[in-house]
Amino acid sequence: MLKDITLGQYFPGDSVVHRLDPRVKLVWVVFYIAALFQATGLASYGVMVLVTAGCVGLSHVPPKALVKGLKPILIIIVLTAVLNLFYTVGTPVVQIWKLTITYEGIARAFFMVIRIVMLICGTFLLTYTTAPVALTDGLELLLGPLKKLRVPVHEMSMMMSMALRFIPTLIEETDKIMSAQKARGADFESGNLLQRAKALLPILVPLFVSAFRRADELAVAMESRCYHGGEGRTRMKQLKFAGADYAALALGVLLVAGMIGLRVMGL
Amino acid sequence: MAILRIHGLTHQYSIGTPFQNTAIEGIDFSIEPGQFVGLIGHTGSGKSTLIQHLNGLLAPTAGTVYYEGNDIFASKASVRAVKFQVGLVFQYPEYQLFEETVYQDIAFGPKNQKLDAEEIDRRVRDAARFVGVGEELFDKSPLDLSGGQKRRVAIAGVIAMRPGVLVLDEPTAGLDPEARESLFANIESYRKETGSTVVLVTHSMDDIARIADRLIVMNAGHVVMDGTPEEVFSRAEELEAIGLTVPAPTKIAMELKRLGVPITDAVYTTGFLRKAILKLAGRGE
Repeated sequence: MLKDITLGQYFPGDSVVHRLDPRVKLVWVVFYIAALFQATGLASYGVMVLVTAGCVGLSHVPPKALVKGLKPILIIIVLTAVLNLFYTVGTPVVQIWKLTITYEGIARAFFMVIRIVMLICGTFLLTYTTAPVALTDGLELLLGPLKKLRVPVHEMSMMMSMALRFIPTLIEETDKIMSAQKARGADFESGNLLQRAKALLPILVPLFVSAFRRADELAVAMESRCYHGGEGRTRMKQLKFAGADYAALALGVLLVAGMIGLRVMGL
Repeated sequence: MAILRIHGLTHQYSIGTPFQNTAIEGIDFSIEPGQFVGLIGHTGSGKSTLIQHLNGLLAPTAGTVYYEGNDIFASKASVRAVKFQVGLVFQYPEYQLFEETVYQDIAFGPKNQKLDAEEIDRRVRDAARFVGVGEELFDKSPLDLSGGQKRRVAIAGVIAMRPGVLVLDEPTAGLDPEARESLFANIESYRKETGSTVVLVTHSMDDIARIADRLIVMNAGHVVMDGTPEEVFSRAEELEAIGLTVPAPTKIAMELKRLGVPITDAVYTTGFLRKAILKLAGRGE
């Protein structure tokens, strides 16, 4: 049950997208989102759909996995669609009781849904094709200049990689503790809200205890290997830009410029 | 009648995803009341998956499990009821302790059985005695105990439900030899006193050879051997071929055989080895 949560799960692979420098991919996602928000009409949304499909195709990530990632936000998508459908002022198309569906409402709901879906797909593609460690490394390097302003960039990225690293562990642990308490007859499925909240106690207490224990052990393990923060630290894998990275960046700039152009033309 | 009967049990994880895999397939066996069954197998052989079906924690992909002749997956109520009939102690059970006091933690299972206070009290005291947890610890926080004591309290929490079958997954993992020895002794005396059935998953061949009266060996999701320790350990080469070790006395006997000493008996405890060697030397006991 809990194992079905896909939270930035990495799909190992060797596609062009996988091999791109994580910094390029991060910047690309920013470009992609910027471009997406320029889209206003059928033509510009069409371009974005094609770009997204192209990226997914190049990455060899099974489209099924992306669809699965969309499931948790299905409610938000439906809610957005319904609200836009009924609350947009314009030329009425259908009128049911007090609710009016306008032509503008249909168009807006349609585009909003596409926008959200593509937003999710684009960001998921990043986490699907980039190992968490590479991702935080990329982020740290990109935010590197902020170190001059005394922002603890290295510490933040280290915390992020640890958090990412421990999500699956904690999920697994929760599963185990739940099974163990169920084996002692704990009941998580019946009763009213208060009873159910109370029933969570036998899971939460051991989970917190073990999370603190793990944190302690990790700290000891890091210190015994002389970890002392980011100063003077070198990396095992140096990130280097390759030809494909420059090409990808150029394409990203082109995409944003193109989308702004389409917007100016009102397409 | 068999207390547990497993029929055609198959379990697949993550069906319909790229991670789909068959953990166990077509498992068939019965366990008679009062048996002490050792379940052995390499890591990933499907032992843990199998035992989680015995108390209805996992639902089978195919096949079923009968407790005293009744299908445990027949209804929601039966899946819940079987939790108290087949007590399952997980690996490292001390990580499930959560109550404020040792007493309350042991009482968690019986409370879920909706027993009255008097009965709960009796069961908690009995269970604590079986695992060697003194009553002076009852008011302590379980988190303040030593690792070995925590383990005992957690096992008591399952025994307190008075299950007909007690299933333990690697109960001695991570314990020092002395604690391991005394925990095994506790489990043995628990079985003798209550006459309950015990299924024990373990890697510790020397111990299981000594205390179990039946061994079930799993490999790659299938039961590959099932018999008395004598029968199973007489196939020592096969056991080693699937990555399992054999008890030290068996190893010595195998080595002697290789050197041309005509040992014919299945040897799996020090006592047997002694007897076999004395026999070869032409002397009885």
